[in-house]
Amino acid sequence: MFGDYSIGDLGAIFAMQGFAGLILFSVYVLMALGLAIIFGQMGVINMAHGEFMILGAYVTWMTSNAFQAYLPSLFPGYFFVAMILAFIAAGALGMLVEWGLIRHLYKRPLDTLLATWGLSLILQQAYRSIFGAREVGVELPQWMLGSKQITDTIEVPINGIFVMCLTFLITAAVAYVMYKSRWGRQVRAVVQNRVMAGAVGINTEKVDRYTFGLGCGIAGIAGSAFTMIGSTGPTSGQLYIVDTFLVVVFGGAASLFGTIASAFSISQAQSTMEFFMSGSMAKVLTLLAIVAILMMRPQGLFALKVRK
Amino acid sequence: MADDKDQGLHSPFRRKLLMGMAAIPAMTMLPRTSFAQAPATSVVNTTGLAVTDTEVTVGILHSVTGTMAISETGSVQAEKLAIEQINAAGGVLGRKIKYIQEDGASDWPNFAEKAKKLLVNDKCAAVMGCWTSASRKAVLPVFEQYNGMLYYPTFYEGLEQSKNVIYTGQEATQQIIAGLDWVNKTKNAKSFYLLGSDYIWPRTSNKIARKHIENHLKGCKVVGEEYFPLGHTQFNSVINKIKLTKPDVIYAIIVGGSNVAFYKQLKAAGIDLSKQTLLTISVTEDEIDGIGGENIAGAFACMKYFQSLDNPNNKEFVAAFKKMWGEKTVIGDVTQAAYLGPWLWKLTVEKAGSFDIDKVAAASPGVEFKGAPEGYVRVHENHHLWSKTRVGKAKLDGQYELVYETADLVEPDPFPKGYQ
Repeated sequence: MFGDYSIGDLGAIFAMQGFAGLILFSVYVLMALGLAIIFGQMGVINMAHGEFMILGAYVTWMTSNAFQAYLPSLFPGYFFVAMILAFIAAGALGMLVEWGLIRHLYKRPLDTLLATWGLSLILQQAYRSIFGAREVGVELPQWMLGSKQITDTIEVPINGIFVMCLTFLITAAVAYVMYKSRWGRQVRAVVQNRVMAGAVGINTEKVDRYTFGLGCGIAGIAGSAFTMIGSTGPTSGQLYIVDTFLVVVFGGAASLFGTIASAFSISQAQSTMEFFMSGSMAKVLTLLAIVAILMMRPQGLFALKVRK
Repeated sequence: MADDKDQGLHSPFRRKLLMGMAAIPAMTMLPRTSFAQAPATSVVNTTGLAVTDTEVTVGILHSVTGTMAISETGSVQAEKLAIEQINAAGGVLGRKIKYIQEDGASDWPNFAEKAKKLLVNDKCAAVMGCWTSASRKAVLPVFEQYNGMLYYPTFYEGLEQSKNVIYTGQEATQQIIAGLDWVNKTKNAKSFYLLGSDYIWPRTSNKIARKHIENHLKGCKVVGEEYFPLGHTQFNSVINKIKLTKPDVIYAIIVGGSNVAFYKQLKAAGIDLSKQTLLTISVTEDEIDGIGGENIAGAFACMKYFQSLDNPNNKEFVAAFKKMWGEKTVIGDVTQAAYLGPWLWKLTVEKAGSFDIDKVAAASPGVEFKGAPEGYVRVHENHHLWSKTRVGKAKLDGQYELVYETADLVEPDPFPKGYQ
């Protein structure tokens, strides 16, 4: 297994695979963060999470086209505008969905699963009707392409670094909002005891709506970022949903820190194994390990301590 | 004749005469042009297909929903275009083609059910359809049991032949062997890295490719072979491996949306396709639409048709396609193969002088279509097409530039000896 490579090669392999693992980690965190907020904090199983991501991707595509047509001189910076628009669009749709659908289903998690699954089908068909069945290509500004040479054998892709920075910023922002801000305290209060939270004057309905909106908005940003590495089509969202749930459940649903830890362990395991065996095999082994660990720890890696 | 008269009322001559008279009211309703050439329905349809004096019904069976809709949309468009053109030119044996479209919904059992509906309820004289091998395998027993005729447009892994199917795309050897020979000769390629999605078509194709590289090309070897689940979007690891093994050729058979991720990450990882040779048999102009020309420019594709082919047939076809479906549409290899279906069927029916499935199947070998956008094709006895193999180089604008084509039509060989 290692025999074919020299020591120098192996060093480079581990460095490059480690970095590939870090990019994968960032991707997983971006995918799972929005879901972790909605699933962990609100107990809603959102099967339409992937479709909110794709909405972000489509918004990015439209912004890119708009900049090319009307503001070609500002094209290199369009991506930042696109991400903000993606957040707003996905967040707004999320709040609308919460108001029209989800709020009638609180305390019935299995029903939210069905309802949001239906929603995901509706959204897919809507994308197909609006944008067409074919995949669309999002053009990136020149500075985001290519890679940075670090040593002779080690090169890191620039968009990978970009995704990593973005993930760090968003995670930090979410952590701040959830654990330091007044609103975050309200969210956690509502999660722990809805009736009591209402009794002390928290507007639980409003908290729910904004929480759901925030989760969907982050999905929108994730989708926007994924246009750099993945495809954008009506059904592309389906590609992400399984991995996303895996990360969230494995990490322990209610814990943001658990989400990050689980994303890290899954991505590093996957990336290292992928190098020495086939892609499918690495995935199988990762899944088996996750199942085994979940059997021993059904709450996931980091369970929230709640009095039952 | 003397015997006929003796039989009086029951003479066949009298019966024919009466039947002819009965057809007169119907025939007066026919347009003038077809009046002269349209033979009576009782002659051209002896097995109860949906053929009337003015109309013949065919089926279109593709996925317009589900994950395959992205690919199959082009096929549906091409088939509808061909049907419209055939109708404008007077139809088939003087009958206009009417189509019934069913949605396979990317679900194989559903394909089988809809195929049965098209054959049993609608009595379609032919069906154009399917894309994935899985859907074809699902409908095959239905077509054989109820004796239908399927025109299947996708390039595929071979190892199949049926009286009830005409394969208008390439089978594996037509695409792979000529392409590998070309890259070996012109690029002096010795080492190959094989990549693919993890299901039957890429695995079988790569098996043939590996056999050809190891047994038929001198001094060549495979330095890696790898498969990824459908929809996989993380290729960093394999790209690292490619960087370390430095193969002369990356041979990529990844399908669908995964391609977008693969080519974007390849470019981001600093692999320059103008220096690193990459040969694919699964990326058509359709996929480039999603990948983006700038990410794949310089790659080579081996198939039988490119939108940019410079011949009068193709120019006409591209113009007609864009007129019907919009200026922005692109046409890939399978779209063209789907376009061949209705035309080949029309030519075969007219050669057979009948719509009957058995007669059409028997008449198929030798049918040639001179108006094919790809130039010229001919049906082989094994129900596949003789066609040219071509290599194109991807350009920034998402089109392929033709760099090589075989001098002659390549004989289809769905069961290649020594490659299984």
